[in-house]
Amino acid sequence: MLILECPCCGVKAEETELSPGHEAHLKRFGPGSSDEEFESYMFARKNPKGVHFERWRHSYGCGKWFLAARCTATLEVFGTYPAQTSEPPPDIVARIKARRPEWEGCK
Amino acid sequence: MKRYSVFAIAREAMRHHTGWERAWASPEPRPSYDVIVIGAGGHGLATAYYLGKNFGITNVAVIEKGWLGGGNTGRNTTIIRSNYLQDPSAAIYEKARSLYETLSQDLNYNVMFSPRGLLMLAQTHHEVRGYMRTVHANLLQGVETEWIGPDQVKRLVPIMNIHGPRYPVLGALLQKRGGTARHDAVAWGYARACSAMGMHIIQQCEVTGVRAEGGVVSGVETTKGFIGTKKLAIVVAGHSGQVAEMAGFRLPVEAVALQALVSEPVKPCIDVVVMANTVHGYMSQSDKGELVIGGGTDSFNNFTQRGSFHHIEETLRALVETFPIISRLKMLRQWGGIVDMTGDRSPIISKTPLGNCFINCGWGTGGFKAIPGSGWAMAELVAKGEPGPLAAEFGMDRFRAGRFIDESVAAGVAH
Ligand SMILES: Cc1cc2nc3c(=O)[nH]c(=O)nc-3n(C[C@H](O)[C@H](O)[C@H](O)COP(=O)(O)OP(=O)(O)OC[C@H]3O[C@@H](n4cnc5c(N)ncnc54)[C@H](O)[C@@H]3O)c2cc1C
Ligand SMILES: [Zn+2]
Repeated sequence: MLILECPCCGVKAEETELSPGHEAHLKRFGPGSSDEEFESYMFARKNPKGVHFERWRHSYGCGKWFLAARCTATLEVFGTYPAQTSEPPPDIVARIKARRPEWEGCK
Repeated sequence: MKRYSVFAIAREAMRHHTGWERAWASPEPRPSYDVIVIGAGGHGLATAYYLGKNFGITNVAVIEKGWLGGGNTGRNTTIIRSNYLQDPSAAIYEKARSLYETLSQDLNYNVMFSPRGLLMLAQTHHEVRGYMRTVHANLLQGVETEWIGPDQVKRLVPIMNIHGPRYPVLGALLQKRGGTARHDAVAWGYARACSAMGMHIIQQCEVTGVRAEGGVVSGVETTKGFIGTKKLAIVVAGHSGQVAEMAGFRLPVEAVALQALVSEPVKPCIDVVVMANTVHGYMSQSDKGELVIGGGTDSFNNFTQRGSFHHIEETLRALVETFPIISRLKMLRQWGGIVDMTGDRSPIISKTPLGNCFINCGWGTGGFKAIPGSGWAMAELVAKGEPGPLAAEFGMDRFRAGRFIDESVAAGVAH
């Protein structure tokens, strides 16, 4: 079972308490953007087999959104961090690099 | 290829079964082909088969990283139906279903198509209205379905408890010519027929790169070296995003795990397929007597081919209310597959940014039933370079145009 520590309330929450919110750090495009930009913001996904940054909601706990770094091939969790972050924090990036030397970084 | 027939069985019985041929050859790759299909699942093999049968293109290789049929094709619960809501879906799924009717004869391979009838239970008033709408849509599309009341449901499935208490059965959408087929046999039958046409099925060979210059693919890098091709078809389901990345484009697809399980075998007790979308569970009985059960997907991105335990619990809890007699059955096996989900829950059969490269993916939780129709449509796209009427609406440009084929409401559950 997947367990993520909620950075908002500190609870080690198991999967049944959480709702996945899919890819994190998407750049938003709205009115005035090109069709390509809007399409890729809405639909195109990295969907990596490996390191993935994603949004989660502690829906049956404190109710807050947060972000997590996780491996989709092994379910290993590299860490969680607050939703008010526009890119993965350095300590989590360092942990991923230590565990996955072949990782090419956030593309 | 020697044909399978009753005479072949008699002949082999007389000579201790020494004369059976291998069903398909295992050749070494040629330097190049007219068409390379990546992925020897049902959809990839059917694409190759109809390229040969409908268009006479037989210099084809199907390249598979594992063993053929080892992906979702060999992991699904084999439900076949075509009672979809939207016209483009009804057209391609009904084409597939009607090809299944004669597939065993066509391939000279018993795929055990069993049109035993399929029920989609309505357990809320919302579902009643939804399915009645689908029945009307199907009538217009030429797909034979009907609405039946709870008494008739009970007559068809005596082991069902229709009185709830949480989710009473209020009626059902019945497709009499829906049912199941043997999943492995579909892959094996197509593989044998492709091999008989001289095509190469190359197993244990992973595609690791796509070589392209000036927007045109020249071949693929594989664990058996570079193989050249004039055209490339990507048909890899759960790994579509990975192969698309090798080819330099991104898809509106995410991979999640879907699970299924079977019970210990019991005597025949249910002779139709039952789907209960509100409670997320579906069930049929295999020829061996096992109850074949499936439920919902895990909703986070996942490539582990396992899935979370609590989904099994949810599925079984729901089914026990509807089928009280299964409450003390032991479950024998559980497994998962990686399904490729698109934003509108409809598949992609499409051209790509590379001129001679085509992709077929996004069948998600429900593509087994589509294999013959999808292969038919994909072969046409690859052969002509333009989609025919079956595939036209499934191009991936629909996401940019906002022209969705929204089946997520109609299909509700994974199947
Ligand atoms: C548990 C479960 C239950 C399901 N139940 C149903 C059902 O009842 N009815 C229904 O209609 N559908 C069902 N489905 C969906 C159905 O199984 C799929 O939509 C369908 O089988 C997809 O077929 P495919 O040929 O596209 O993919 P697959 O059979 O997965 O084939 C893709 C192949 O590509 C290969 N591949 C991937 N990457 C590479 C590479 N780099 N190089 C070479 N080869 C590669 C893989 O090894 C694989 O063999 C279910 C799925 C699951 C998981
Ligand atoms: Zn919390």
